[in-house]
Amino acid sequence: MSEPIESPPRLVLTGITKRYPSVVANESVDLTVRRGEIHALMGENGAGKSTLMKIVYGVVRPDAGYIRWEGRYETIASPAQARRMGIGMVFQHFSLFETLTVAQNIALALDTRMSNAVLATRISEVSERYGLPIDPHRLVHSMSVGERQRVEIVRCLLQEPKLLIMDEPTSVLTPQAVRVLFHTLRNLAAEGCSILYISHKLDEIRELCDRATVLRGGKVSGTAIPREETNDSLARLMIGSELAECRLEPNKTGEVMLAVRELTQAAADPFGTSLADVCLDVRAGEILGIAGVSGNGQKELLAALSGETLTAAGSIELGGRPAGQLNPAARRALGLTFVPEERMGRGAVPPMSLASNALLTGARNGMVRNGLVRTDSMREFARDVIARFNVKCGDERSVASSLSGGNLQKYIVGRETLLKPKVMIVAQPTWGVDVGAAQLIRQALIDLRDQGVALLVVSEELDELFIVSDRLCVLARGRLSPPVRLADTSVEQIGLWMSGQFGAQAGEEATHAAA
Amino acid sequence: MSPFVPMVQSTVVAATPLIFAALGETIVEKSGVLNLGIEGMMLVGAIAGFAATLATGNAGIGFVAGAAAGTAMALIFAVLTISLQTNQVATGLALTLFGIGLSAFVGHDLAGMPLPGMEGVTFPVLTSLPLVGELLFHYDPMVYGSIILLIAVMWFLERSHAGLKMRAIGESPAVAHSIGHPVVLIRYLAVMFGGATSGIAGAYLSEVQTPMWAEGMSAGKGWIALALVVFGTWRPGRVVLGAYLFGGVTVLQLFAQGIGLNVPAEFLSMLPYAATVVVLVIICRDPKTILLNQPASLGRSFYPGT
Repeated sequence: MSEPIESPPRLVLTGITKRYPSVVANESVDLTVRRGEIHALMGENGAGKSTLMKIVYGVVRPDAGYIRWEGRYETIASPAQARRMGIGMVFQHFSLFETLTVAQNIALALDTRMSNAVLATRISEVSERYGLPIDPHRLVHSMSVGERQRVEIVRCLLQEPKLLIMDEPTSVLTPQAVRVLFHTLRNLAAEGCSILYISHKLDEIRELCDRATVLRGGKVSGTAIPREETNDSLARLMIGSELAECRLEPNKTGEVMLAVRELTQAAADPFGTSLADVCLDVRAGEILGIAGVSGNGQKELLAALSGETLTAAGSIELGGRPAGQLNPAARRALGLTFVPEERMGRGAVPPMSLASNALLTGARNGMVRNGLVRTDSMREFARDVIARFNVKCGDERSVASSLSGGNLQKYIVGRETLLKPKVMIVAQPTWGVDVGAAQLIRQALIDLRDQGVALLVVSEELDELFIVSDRLCVLARGRLSPPVRLADTSVEQIGLWMSGQFGAQAGEEATHAAA
Repeated sequence: MSPFVPMVQSTVVAATPLIFAALGETIVEKSGVLNLGIEGMMLVGAIAGFAATLATGNAGIGFVAGAAAGTAMALIFAVLTISLQTNQVATGLALTLFGIGLSAFVGHDLAGMPLPGMEGVTFPVLTSLPLVGELLFHYDPMVYGSIILLIAVMWFLERSHAGLKMRAIGESPAVAHSIGHPVVLIRYLAVMFGGATSGIAGAYLSEVQTPMWAEGMSAGKGWIALALVVFGTWRPGRVVLGAYLFGGVTVLQLFAQGIGLNVPAEFLSMLPYAATVVVLVIICRDPKTILLNQPASLGRSFYPGT
């Protein structure tokens, strides 16, 4: 670490250690953040980034180690104290109350009390100054994810922080919104505010950050100046080995296996998104990716496809047969398998063993005879999934809730894959999964495609969709864009579409194409 | 003289204990805690209020005693559910059973003794107005207290910063905790407030409505108060409206039984419950209203440790 130039660094962590009953989240972590610096904290999921930030923000107490703030040793006992010291945090999962207005949400987090009128003026001032337009009187539940993030940032900025912690801020933003955010962050840094930027996205870190500290398995595995590194060298620091790459070879496609025809459906959930005139088809041997920020109808579309909500019979076709009125089990009988976004509770029953969870969707694949469960074949199937997908667990008798999110996801994807589907629908295949496992899951999807399965992948991660998709659509405000071949599009165009600007003309084309 | 004036008056008296209990429970549930022990707290409040009034001859002291007894009951509930994180539903049911038993035990020797009841407030000029005076300015102080409580609760929930904090905690205790709000403390205060108003509601039964003590005299009113909160979608105005509706139909069916309508008495006795539920369900069936007003964390324990 270099010497401070004039004044002590803003934040110095020395030997921070935090142990939980089953894991060591942080082990003697050192970290220095200077004034006006954008400092990246990198690492895979489970590397201990979030715990470290919670320690800095006073949510979690470290078991050992020192925190020095502007040259003085401090114990940060609570978030309120952290805020008084000048530390602000924008959480990955937003800490906003949905049924309250923007101004009320902000008032709740301020330590100084001010009248509503004064607060509203202050909000407008700050949001104008940093180019973050928000209406103080809107209810949060009606706002998009990007707007919610703005509220979080404005809330922090109102307290004039000296250190702003951003926990994976771009995972929910469109590429254009990411530009705006970076611009704001650079302005802030130029004014002397330090920014601790948590992420695992290498491109972003190389573009934005002045320095980086990399965590691996709870320990610091290195520090770097990201601009001088390559993605490969940063990835090596992060995961300790080379990244293998998935390749999508040209493939012959077959019949249309899954089709959605002019699906229009009002949302059952009043905070949900209604689907408007959605058309798509997926052929055997191809992967159709659906991009878009969550909350734009993804949940509703997936529920309609899986059969959890029923639609007009003809609006969904599976293997050429109308399936809109079929329940999930009947659709599975037609060769559909489904990996839902929520692993616990929908993908798997948490308190049951992995073997029992195999039975959950695999019952008709020889695991039941004459109404009785064939325990042997059920367990064998589960063992097969565990072995082939490298699931880290005790054995097939381990309960689902004892697995980490990434491992459970591998198990669920593996289960749905080995059921020999004709059509497979996957939601957020690698959300919360570490880089190595993500690679494994993507490869499994590509292998299925090469075997002639029709796959529909809904994901928030554009990078991922650009790796695994043959064609891409964007779902924005309940409307689906026309599909484009990957070769004919760019991140910029998809990003523009993600904000809903694919126009009426494009929509018509899609209708014609489907008709 | 038409039965109109006495009917309105009895309606108000029938509704007042429900208003106290239901408004208190509204606050409790808005903080995210579901206390099913209202019935028990009311009974304990009733016997405490009755005994204190009998001993001192002062109805005011009776209400203070009722509130204190209700608060003590609520404190038991708070320690169990908030500090020890027991299941709120089971604990609330246990609190009701405990309250029924405790009040019967304590009040065993007091059953049947009469109390004088509570004097009405007299307002200069207003009380002597024809009709209006009888309809609006002819009640005991607790009736006006219930109206003041309604205004206070509305103001607290909608306008005050403390109320905003409490609603935030009811929606997401984890988020509120992460911003640094004292979830446990505020929930304790809310639960104790609900206990105090339930105790007052009980004392109103034994001191004013029927000035005597009888075992189990709350006769399910605690459960009605709970239902009012839910069907009133946690909005104080609607909750109070529901209480008057229930009171009104109760009185109406008593009159109907009195004039000997050829309808089974059991059917008439059922009417207040059915009418209240039906009307409130119709008013509040909009799912958006429910989602916006229902405390999202209702009934779930909160573990402060991360």
